[in-house]
Amino acid sequence: MKSKIRFSSVIGFIVLLLLILPLMIVIITSFGSETAISFPIKGFTLNWYHNVFQQPDFVEGMKMSFIVAILAATIALLIGIPAVYALTHFQIHHKSWFQNIFLNPALIPEIVIGFALYQTLVISFGLPLFLSLLVGHCLLCLPYVIRLLTAGMMDFDNRIEEAAWMVGYNKIVTFFKVVIPNIKQSILAAFILSFITSFNNIPITLFMNGPSLNMLPTSILNYLENNYDPTVSAVSVILMLITAALMMIAEKYLGLNKLT
Amino acid sequence: MKRSTTLLLLPGLLIIIILLIYPALRMFIPTFTSGNSLFENYRLFFSSSNNLKVIYRTLMIAVATTLVTLGLGLPTAYWISRLNGNWRKLVSIIVLFPILTNAVVRNFAWIMILGKNGVINNFLMKIHLIDTPLTLLYTNLAIIIGAVYLFLPIMITSLVSSFSQLNSEIEEAAEVLGARPVVVFFKVILPQVSLGIFTGSILVFVGALTAYTTPQLLGGNKNMVLATLLQQQSITLGNWTSASVIAIVLTVIAVVTMFVLNKVSKMLDRRNNLEIKN
Repeated sequence: MKSKIRFSSVIGFIVLLLLILPLMIVIITSFGSETAISFPIKGFTLNWYHNVFQQPDFVEGMKMSFIVAILAATIALLIGIPAVYALTHFQIHHKSWFQNIFLNPALIPEIVIGFALYQTLVISFGLPLFLSLLVGHCLLCLPYVIRLLTAGMMDFDNRIEEAAWMVGYNKIVTFFKVVIPNIKQSILAAFILSFITSFNNIPITLFMNGPSLNMLPTSILNYLENNYDPTVSAVSVILMLITAALMMIAEKYLGLNKLT
Repeated sequence: MKRSTTLLLLPGLLIIIILLIYPALRMFIPTFTSGNSLFENYRLFFSSSNNLKVIYRTLMIAVATTLVTLGLGLPTAYWISRLNGNWRKLVSIIVLFPILTNAVVRNFAWIMILGKNGVINNFLMKIHLIDTPLTLLYTNLAIIIGAVYLFLPIMITSLVSSFSQLNSEIEEAAEVLGARPVVVFFKVILPQVSLGIFTGSILVFVGALTAYTTPQLLGGNKNMVLATLLQQQSITLGNWTSASVIAIVLTVIAVVTMFVLNKVSKMLDRRNNLEIKN
């Protein structure tokens, strides 16, 4: 027993180091004063952070990625909440069939979704790039919303809702005043996960960005193709700070285990 | 079905049918109808030795990634499941943080580590183990390392939730009866966490199979996989039919693997439950 614990804790410790060290190196190199990335760094500067905000693609991309992520997460919730309510509250024939349809987007590889949407929405229907991208990101978020909210709805005690009906609230008021407040944790968890998923997405975004529509992850990818300097490290650190902030919100209001 | 139920389900259903299934069919059907015969496009795709190489490389990377993440993930998850309180919390944060960090950032880190002037080469040259830098970046190995880094936290998370439900009394019983630790691990612990192993493996295998960013950044132009080939054929070359065929092949491999692993895991799970009951 002892030896097994010791063996697994040694491996576990090494694995944790391997998970942290690469990100540490990114953080350290973002402060290096040499124009080529070097590790360990020589000299200390904050110029690369300044340089991030001199790149119009990064600044524009950051704004667009934020807007799309917020819209996609919100729309996915607006579609997902009623669907999950119906699926968990009513007797529906072929219920699992409906559930599978909603989880469908998680089955098709993201890059394939991106390609299919690009072909149909952008090329054939001539839909604006922004709208097509938003559709792609909503589809991406929907399975997370459905999964987390279904779990949340299952935990919700239906008798509370019935009690509200009995004291005379109609179904719509009950839904907003009783059901929604009771599953608000799941809603927040779904929103945070959807936001991160959309904000970080590359395979779908790849097909639907262009000179008129910059998204941050694909902008970094493009920048990396032509440059290799600590600006990328600096923008990476900014992305890590966003992740950390979202994790702090999640930890404060939900507990981190809600996110997995 | 009641009208209100229909109304609640309709927006979601419409969006998925019109904006996902319809585009998918519009991609799927022409791969059969645009050739001289039904399977012409597929015959052409599979007759190219280069394409077969890409499929082989894609599968090999996905299998290697799954096995390595399992090998590292099992002891790590076992260890984490035995931690308590603040340690457990700190470790969960360290595991969760990379999952939520952009894939570009995580792969970029490995460009810095594996590159010609990267961390590993610099270190090895400094201690005079090598004179000329090793070619680590833009190889299959680099893609596997990047994918392992990308998916290991997901494997660990799936395994930890399985390990946490483990009943340690069964383990102790086996030890009291004289089973060696290795035997306990393989005969007592592993069967109980088989569900977590399969869930994790499905996520990692399909993730590595369909990943775009890692092979794009760490594999270079020579080491194409299906996802990067799809991007090249569509965006760079505008070869729609060929790109659609690749998309279908990739989807079929992913869905079939998920289906088979799911079935196997359910079978194993049922057998374990029976054994425990008996």
